Amino acid sequence: MAAIELRDAAVRRGGETVWSDATLEIEPGELVAVLGPNGAGKSTLLRLLLGLEPLSAGSVRVLGGEPGARNERIGYLPQRHGVDTAIRIRGVDIVRLGLDGNRFGLPLSGRAAARERVSEAIARVGADAYARRPIGELSGGEQQRLLIAQALVGAPELLFLDEPLDGLDLPNQTAVSALLSRISRSDNVTVLLVAHDVNPLLPYVERVVYIARGKVVAGAPEQVITSKTLSDLYGVPVEVLRASDGRLVVVGEPEAPAHHGAHHAH
Amino acid sequence: MQQLLVYPFMVSALEAGTIVAVVAAVAGWFMVLRRQSFAGHTLSVMSFPGASGAALAGWPLPVGYFVACAVAAVAIAGGSLRRGARDRRQESAVIGTVQVAGFALGFVFLSRYNGVLESLESLLFGSFLGITRSQVETLLGVGLGTLAFFAVAGRPLLYASVDEPLARAHGVPVRLLHVAFLLVLGLAVAATAQITGVLLVFALLVAPAAAARQVTARIGLGLALTAAIGLVVTWVGLGLAYFTDRSSGFYVTTLAFGIYLAACAGRWLARRFA
Repeated sequence: MAAIELRDAAVRRGGETVWSDATLEIEPGELVAVLGPNGAGKSTLLRLLLGLEPLSAGSVRVLGGEPGARNERIGYLPQRHGVDTAIRIRGVDIVRLGLDGNRFGLPLSGRAAARERVSEAIARVGADAYARRPIGELSGGEQQRLLIAQALVGAPELLFLDEPLDGLDLPNQTAVSALLSRISRSDNVTVLLVAHDVNPLLPYVERVVYIARGKVVAGAPEQVITSKTLSDLYGVPVEVLRASDGRLVVVGEPEAPAHHGAHHAH
Repeated sequence: MQQLLVYPFMVSALEAGTIVAVVAAVAGWFMVLRRQSFAGHTLSVMSFPGASGAALAGWPLPVGYFVACAVAAVAIAGGSLRRGARDRRQESAVIGTVQVAGFALGFVFLSRYNGVLESLESLLFGSFLGITRSQVETLLGVGLGTLAFFAVAGRPLLYASVDEPLARAHGVPVRLLHVAFLLVLGLAVAATAQITGVLLVFALLVAPAAAARQVTARIGLGLALTAAIGLVVTWVGLGLAYFTDRSSGFYVTTLAFGIYLAACAGRWLARRFA
């Protein structure tokens, strides 16, 4: 059974179509990059899969069920998630919130087991050294690792990350990409992440979903990130060049048109 | 110290002070976390329209306080929610507006009352001399209610305060909690104002939480420390007010601020010599 299935799906907001005719299947354990220009609707795809955005056409299945029905099996890291630096809450407590922060009542039973799982998640992302410090004092890369631990602590089957590499320097981007790949492989977690630049992810990504101009194209990176595919997608000549170190450079991508109705509802 | 407890009014004052210190500590800890100190302050000055409204309507003063704080809390909550999320940018403007409206109402009630309001000094700065048994019982009820709220909703409230979009994605009813917290804060403020007076509610609401934050970032320890500081400050403040002739509000505030400064200094020193 596919982890995520879309058939002729479309999302409309404020009278405008964000994207339509989206058909794709993502298998369990895949690492998928969602790419495209600003405002194309990448975050919208994640929110749709979480049931936070209504579907306007077609069908969507997440872990075999309706979007939103299986959210306790999905870890989520929303966009632009820089933590308020004045918040004096320890990283380890932030991670714990990802486990049972949404439950009412005092956490009386199962505290030892919960602490175990939190330690494990922190160890997975390599944040042991600084998890006990207030999260506001940490660097961007360190905060991001803890937020990934928070998304992982519930042992999810799916992991949705909205621009997790944003604001990180290149070494950190590479390190976080490698970490996500490791997690995906060892735990068979399906990882869906929105990114602006595919390059740090290129060694690890198995499938790419490219969203632009209201259209959605999915496939292997070498199929999707080509001059032909992107030119068809944009309707203008776009070139994909490979630099000598293997990096891909996209030239000629047009500016994203201003969306009047589509607010950045992040 | 034993001679204090001979007097029933002192016992009532200490009991009331204990309840208020703990309630203000817990509510204040969350208030400081959520950066809603301005809301807390506004709720405390709502006791002016509360008191004058109560005098006009013939209600007991505490009832006026509670009603005014509840109404203001709902007004602030209503005005600061946008698209289901807390709108921080609007919040200050809404709170300021509520404060002005509250004062205006207070003056209207006062002018229509045409009488003399209870002593202004005790309204503003608190008085522990006149605390009755029934007041203590009311405070106990309010205290147990607010602590029950935090026991039940504390975890999701923490989540919503630290990370609202993620909490919402995980099914936490952030809008409901936003409103509920402001209401509970209003209750806590109204209760506290009866001991410390309207102007000095901050001594018990902000200072202990702020001091505890300097010492630790841990949640359980932070809450416990905030309550402990609140209790110490209240008991010592009441005791000093009994033995000397100054108001309790003066001592409670000074002690609270002193402990906050000490905590800041301690943290600075620990940093320097760590």
